[in-house]
Amino acid sequence: MNWRMKKLYVILLAVALPLSLLSFQAAAVEVERVVSPQGIEAWLVQDHSNPVVSVRLAFRGGAEMDPADKAGLANLAASTMDEGAGEFDSQTFQQILADQSITLRFSASNDRFGGEVTTLTENLDQSMDLLRLALTQPRFDDEPVARLKSQLIAGIQSDSQRPGKLAYNAFFKAMFPDHGYGRDSDGTVESVTGLTQADLKAFVHTRLARGNLVVGVVGDVTPERLGALLDKTFGTLPAQPTTPRAADVVPNATGRVQVIELDVPQSTIVFGQAGLKRDDPDFYTVLVMNHILGGGSFTSRLYEEIREKRGLAYSVGSDLYPLDHAGLILGSVGTENARVAETLDVLRSEWTRMATGDVSAQELNNAKTYITGSFPLTFTSTGAIARVLVSMQINGLGIDYLDHRKAYIGAVDLAGVKRVAAEYLHVDKLDIVVVGKPAGIVPSP
Amino acid sequence: MTKTLLRICVVGALALGLWSGQAMAGVFNPETFTLKNGMDVVVLPNHRAPVVLHMVWYKAGAADEPKGKSGVAHLLEHLMFKGTPKHPDGEFSKLIAQHGGEENAFTSLDYTGYHQTVASDQLEMVMELEADRMTHLVLSAEDVATELAVVLEERNQRLEGKPAARLSEQAMQKLFPKGHPYGRPIIGWRAETEALSREDALSFYKDHYAPDNAILVVAGDVDVAEVKRLAEKYYAPIPPRGLPKRAPLTTDAPIIGGETVLRDDRVKQASWSEHIIQPSLTNGETRRVAALEVLSELLGSGGTSRLYKALVIERPLAVSVGTDYMASARGDGQFVFYASPRPGVSLDEISKAVRLETQRLVDEGLADGELARIKKRMLADAIFSRDAMKAGAYAIGGALASGHKLESVEDWPEHIGAVGEQDVLDALNAVLAEPRRITTKLLANGKGDGA
Repeated sequence: MNWRMKKLYVILLAVALPLSLLSFQAAAVEVERVVSPQGIEAWLVQDHSNPVVSVRLAFRGGAEMDPADKAGLANLAASTMDEGAGEFDSQTFQQILADQSITLRFSASNDRFGGEVTTLTENLDQSMDLLRLALTQPRFDDEPVARLKSQLIAGIQSDSQRPGKLAYNAFFKAMFPDHGYGRDSDGTVESVTGLTQADLKAFVHTRLARGNLVVGVVGDVTPERLGALLDKTFGTLPAQPTTPRAADVVPNATGRVQVIELDVPQSTIVFGQAGLKRDDPDFYTVLVMNHILGGGSFTSRLYEEIREKRGLAYSVGSDLYPLDHAGLILGSVGTENARVAETLDVLRSEWTRMATGDVSAQELNNAKTYITGSFPLTFTSTGAIARVLVSMQINGLGIDYLDHRKAYIGAVDLAGVKRVAAEYLHVDKLDIVVVGKPAGIVPSP
Repeated sequence: MTKTLLRICVVGALALGLWSGQAMAGVFNPETFTLKNGMDVVVLPNHRAPVVLHMVWYKAGAADEPKGKSGVAHLLEHLMFKGTPKHPDGEFSKLIAQHGGEENAFTSLDYTGYHQTVASDQLEMVMELEADRMTHLVLSAEDVATELAVVLEERNQRLEGKPAARLSEQAMQKLFPKGHPYGRPIIGWRAETEALSREDALSFYKDHYAPDNAILVVAGDVDVAEVKRLAEKYYAPIPPRGLPKRAPLTTDAPIIGGETVLRDDRVKQASWSEHIIQPSLTNGETRRVAALEVLSELLGSGGTSRLYKALVIERPLAVSVGTDYMASARGDGQFVFYASPRPGVSLDEISKAVRLETQRLVDEGLADGELARIKKRMLADAIFSRDAMKAGAYAIGGALASGHKLESVEDWPEHIGAVGEQDVLDALNAVLAEPRRITTKLLANGKGDGA
């Protein structure tokens, strides 16, 4: 491979437009739109303080598109694309990554196929060339495919006894019985066993394209250099993916209670109901409402009532779970088998209290200052900022989103929170899965 | 949103994965000073985002608990959020959340840490709160009873429901027997933890929480003068307690050793491990630490390591295999081998194959250029570690709280750079010859030896 020659290539001029200044207080994060000569776009935050570059990419579409009999395909592709590409077999490819201290890996979730490159600046060109090879000429040789399948199957088997995994799988299966979201994105022992090199090659050629790609880059690189690298790295991908996305789906929340017997002292409970998608106009209002109910701090109502006042659980909370084709409000709690009924009583009564509009201006204000103030706290590594850049593009938030986010949250008012609480929270439609040996819980028929 | 336990190996990995690209400059180059009451202060400026991480580390962890009171260090960590006369009723967390801050705490065997991440203009607020609760904690019996229930649920979540965690709890008593503090779980033995009282918690608090037993670490968008001004205002007025120096954590008790086997219906993937006592930064042949780190990297770290190549790729016996080396404990260190077999392979076959492959390194020595490649990779990790604001804070805080010197972090590149081939082989021979070792086996019920 002649990657050393790459540095001699003429760098074609890229278009760099600084469009967004994220002003917290003193410092600022400047997001630049970089468009390559061939028209491939990436969002960039330059940071030349340390000789490191973090690249994050995502292709729209993920495990939801895996056919039922090939469940786990996206996940296996993510695990094997860095196991040999072009003229490099698996061990050679991995040895180059190790010797050059390059992190290059892929991941699959319900809606995305993601990629990550983290490298010293001096190895950036080589890193991106390895990324190009992995995306466009992965080998999927028999040895690494068999090896990774055996590792993934071992993981699936271990997971089959993990309370949390069992609970989430049962919840999603009930919520999305006829949709890819209802299947575990890891696949099953049977489906993963049956996956072939042909499946993996088809995956790469039909799902990874320029048309469904977004790229975020942070670190020690200029727009000019990045622009040239974008063409070299992604220029040979197909223009558009040819596998269709899954259809939109309405969560089948009916208020059912499922119990999965497992001989453990603590029951793991997953609960949830229909929520909303990221592009819903009510998104920020529901985000604030959920924060008060069960959001991420030591101060939510569920935390206060279930953990602080009653000592029922170590961890409890709820989150918005926006997917591309559906939305959920999803939460979990773990409690002693004997106290499951009491915990569910408190959960349901808090759900109802919020739904009836019992919210104070003080609670609203506290939630808003938290959601506004905590956002920049994640901006403390190049990788974390690059992930935000990808997420902004995937969700169509606009390159000036960082400037406007505070105003979006600020606009949420008490009337809005009461309205969405009544609209979204329905205790009779709150689906519950309990894994353990809960006392006195009768599953739905 | 969980107040967490932190195992020694987590911070070990951080503390050891470091280096500076500039020839022999320090890794993080912190500013340090000591307040007149004995509190050490470490400042790590990083101006990427207007964010600051404020941490207080106490040189007291689960290993410092009085006999019969296991779990009290961790229970106290939870109780520290309850309140003081000035900030009662959980106001600590509420104030931080209202200002958009994130916070948590952790307990390890050797130390307990409290940390908040806030916008840089909120540093004074969190420092006032943290200094206040260093000596003014107020606990009601009811607070303690409720929090004890939470901690027991945490125990259920972390240990009781997990066969691998239960196995580890059993095995550590055999590596660290006779009441050695490393032989008990951080969260405590259930029977002892259940019986803990408000007085137990307050007594541990009085014995250990004081400025002369604490380290302040501030990282992020700050300058040293500002940290100094605020630390003088909030921490310096707290009187020192003149606490006795921590005794070295050594024991002459013979270890029980042998095999610890746990069989459980819920085990679907068998696994094997071997834990061998080795030097740490404070105990034993400390000059061997760097060579052991290099050894662990080349023998068992990642997909290009010797063990992975031999047992996962070339002879497909295992789904996973590797080594760990934990040097950052205040007491003895450990070198660990671990593996999970492929279906049809027994744990005895896999452990034998690990031994054979390890012996091959003894017999044949290192390959040409192997050491240089490993060292280059290890040294590059330091540049990456400077990428995250919190990495230096955790590495340095953990080292100092375990009684190690700042140089153990800052001079790490020099130590790794100086390791030669013979040092690696000597370290390996010492690992192989060490009699203080235990084996663990995690197996499904009634399925033989993992095959």
